[in-house]
Amino acid sequence: MSIEVRIPTILRTYTGGEKAVNGDGASLSALIDDLEANHPGIKERLVEDKNGKDDLRRFVNIYVNDEDVRFIGGLEAPLSDGDQVVVLPAVAGGC
Amino acid sequence: MLSIDRTTYDAIVAHAKRDHPDEACGIVAGPEGSDRPERHVEMVNAAGSPTFYEFDPTELLELYKQMWDNDEEPVVIYHSHTATEAYPSRTDIGLASEPGAHYVLVSTREHGNNDGPVEFRSYRIVDGEVSEEDVAVLDALP
Repeated sequence: MSIEVRIPTILRTYTGGEKAVNGDGASLSALIDDLEANHPGIKERLVEDKNGKDDLRRFVNIYVNDEDVRFIGGLEAPLSDGDQVVVLPAVAGGC
Repeated sequence: MLSIDRTTYDAIVAHAKRDHPDEACGIVAGPEGSDRPERHVEMVNAAGSPTFYEFDPTELLELYKQMWDNDEEPVVIYHSHTATEAYPSRTDIGLASEPGAHYVLVSTREHGNNDGPVEFRSYRIVDGEVSEEDVAVLDALP
């Protein structure tokens, strides 16, 4: 199983500069654990602890085949071979 | 230093004035590695707020896919402050995630939607460190 994950500039320090890496997992959560095994430190940038449970960070967007994962189950979003995952930090701020 | 052409500069200022009192936001894309802000894209502020801005997540993906297809990157990322100075807030700094971009802040606090000068300032924000830079407004990019 192979899932292509597009990595934003700010997280390429974890992937040795690679713009895209391959991972696998039957869910987004499993994929992130697989990424963490090969690129230690990346998980913490994607996921935070909320009431004792992992949750996606508020200002990180993850898309599976162009769908925002927040609408397809968040960390439980199912994945299959050949899916394309894109990680994009929010462009946001406030005064 | 940020070098930007007059037409793009004016378009950013016009966008900020039009959306006042809400914060306006957008980017100017350019060829990867060129440091040339060539293609202005106004974004919707999904927060629709006078104190916060956020690109809509679906539009954000569309924008990045276009840029990848064109071998572009965000050269300028801009937003407006509508009641405070054109300096990055703590939130702006914490959420800045494009270390290669010029972060432009426009303040509309003085004239709001009306004609009149605005503050237009540019910064690099890398690892939580802010450094202001000069802005050169040119008739055309060299």
